[in-house]
Amino acid sequence: MTVFELQQMYRQGKTGPSEVVRELVKKVEVWEPAIHSLAWFDPEWLTRQAAALEKGTGPKGPLWGVPVVVKDNICVEGVPVTCASRILKGFRPPYNATVIERLQSAGALLAGMANMDEFAFGSSCEHSCYGPTRNPWDLSRVPGGSSGGSAASVAASIAPLALGSDTGGSIRQPASFCGVVGLKPTYGRVSRYGLIAFASSLDQIGPLARTVEDAALLSQVIFGFDQRDSTSGDLPVPDYLQQIKTGVKGLKVGLPKECFGKGLDAGVKTELEKAFEQCRALGIELREISLPRTDYAIPTYYVLATAEASSNLARFDGVQYGYRFPNASNLMELYAKTRGEGFGPEVKRRIILGTFVLSSGYYDAYYGHALKVRTLIKEDFDRAFEQVDCILTPTAPTPAFRLGEKLQDPLTMYLSDIFTISINLAGLPALSVPCGFTPEGLPVGLQWIGRPFQEEVLFRGAYAYQQAAGWHTKRPPEPKGASS
Amino acid sequence: MEISPKEVEYLAQLCRLELTPEELKLFAPQIKEILSYVEILKSAPTHNTPPTTHVLSLANVYREDQIRPSLDTEKALANAPAREGPFFKVPKVIDAS
Repeated sequence: MTVFELQQMYRQGKTGPSEVVRELVKKVEVWEPAIHSLAWFDPEWLTRQAAALEKGTGPKGPLWGVPVVVKDNICVEGVPVTCASRILKGFRPPYNATVIERLQSAGALLAGMANMDEFAFGSSCEHSCYGPTRNPWDLSRVPGGSSGGSAASVAASIAPLALGSDTGGSIRQPASFCGVVGLKPTYGRVSRYGLIAFASSLDQIGPLARTVEDAALLSQVIFGFDQRDSTSGDLPVPDYLQQIKTGVKGLKVGLPKECFGKGLDAGVKTELEKAFEQCRALGIELREISLPRTDYAIPTYYVLATAEASSNLARFDGVQYGYRFPNASNLMELYAKTRGEGFGPEVKRRIILGTFVLSSGYYDAYYGHALKVRTLIKEDFDRAFEQVDCILTPTAPTPAFRLGEKLQDPLTMYLSDIFTISINLAGLPALSVPCGFTPEGLPVGLQWIGRPFQEEVLFRGAYAYQQAAGWHTKRPPEPKGASS
Repeated sequence: MEISPKEVEYLAQLCRLELTPEELKLFAPQIKEILSYVEILKSAPTHNTPPTTHVLSLANVYREDQIRPSLDTEKALANAPAREGPFFKVPKVIDAS
C-alpha cells in the first residue's frame, strides 16, 4: 500500500494505527526470515506509538499513522542505533535527530531500524554486523547499499516509507536494485543533526518510497533549515505535491554521452532506451550533453570520502559509548584494541586509506589534489545546467548482483557507484525511479539529476514518467514457505 | 605506489587501529590497487583550479550567544562503558612512577 492509499483508508475509517501496526508485524513475519531488512524491530514499541496516536486529540500531521523505517545510522532517542557495527553495540542515543523530531511531529509511526553496510561503507548491504540483507526480487542477490535495508523493506511493503542516507549513491543505488523510488536531496536540504557522520561534505539524508508522490510527501516533512546543522541551507521549501502534476511539456533534459558507453549492462540499456522514448512521448525535449570529467568521479570520491571518514570515525574509541575492549592496561591499548575488534574489514580498509591520503608527504598529492578535481566535476554540471533543466542517466550500470560476487574485490564494488557518486561531489539533488526489468526479472532505475535546491523539477519529471510507465504498481511475490 | 604490510601497520598505528597479521597482508595489495586506480587523477587539468571544500556558497553563520537546553550529565553518561561520578573513566593515561 502507498501512503496515499493508506491515508484514504484512514479518512474513510476503514483502518486505524493499531490495525496498521498489526498488519506491519504480519508483513515482518512473512518477509524478514527471507530478506533480513531490519537491524532492530520491536512490535511493542510500535504498538505503544499507535496507541498514543489514537489517544491524541490535536491536529493530525501530514504523516499521521504512516509507518517509516529508519536507517540504523539516524539517532532515535532510547532505541538501539548501531550503524550495523559491533563498535556501537548497546548504544542508545540520548537525543533524536532533527528528521526524527520532524517525523514525530508529523504523526509518523517509527517502524524499526534498517540494516545497512557498516557505517554506510558499501554498495551491497553485505558489510553488516547483523549479516546481509537480501533483495526481495531475487533472494540470491544483494539489495544494494548502503541503505539496503531501507530499500528492501519498502520493496517488500513492510512500510511504505523509509529514511536512508546517501554519501555516494547509498539511497539511489539500492532504490534502483529493489525497484523503489529514492531521492538524494541537495546538500544542505535536510538537517544532518543526529545522522552519524561518514563524510560530512557529502552525506545527506533522504526518502525511499514506492511512488514519487510518496517520496515528495516525506521530503516535504523532512526538508528545511535547521540551525543545529551548520551546513543547513536557509531556503524556502516549496509545496511539492501542489506542483507535481503540472506536467513536463517542454522540459529540457540532457543525456550525458559518457553514461551510455562501455560497462553498461545490455538489459539496463534496453530499459533505459524505452524510458527515453516514453519521456519524448510526454513532451520532454531530450538532447545529448557531455560530462567530460565523469572518469574522475570515483577516484576523487575515494580520496575525499575516506579522508573525511577516517577523521569522523576517530570518535569511536571505547570511551564515551559503545563497545570497549575489556582488559586494556593503558589508554593507547584501549583505543587500538577497541577499534581493532569493533570495526569490520571494509571500515578498517577505508580508515587506513583515509589516513594514508591525509598523512604527511601525501596530503597535497592526494587529498589536496582531489579537492581541485572536485571543482572540475562540479563545473561539468554547472555547464550542463546552462543548457538543460535536468539530466537523465542510469542509476547503476548493472542490475542487482549476487551475494558474495564483489565482496573480495573492493575496487569492483566501488565501480558500481559510477553514475551516482559525481552527484554527491557536486552537491546536487538526484532521484532514482523504477524504469523496468531486465530479462532476469531484476529492477532497473532511471536517475533524474537537477540543479541545486530544485527537487521540484525531479518530482515533476519522475512523476509524469511514473504515471506513463506504471512500474510502481509491480511488487515482488511473497517468499516461498511464507505462512500467509 | 608500493604499499607493504609494514606501511599498513604504520598507518594503523597513526589511526589507533590494531590489525591482525592476516589483515595487514590482505589490505596491503588492496590499498595498492585502489591507489593505482586513483593515479588517473594526475592527468586532471587543475593548474588554476581552486579546491572545493564545500559545495554550498554559505558564508559564516553567526548567532547570538545564548544559553540553550543541552544534554544533562546523566544522559551524556548513560552510554559510558565505565564511569566514576560525573566522569568517563579510562585506564591510566600518565604513568605515576
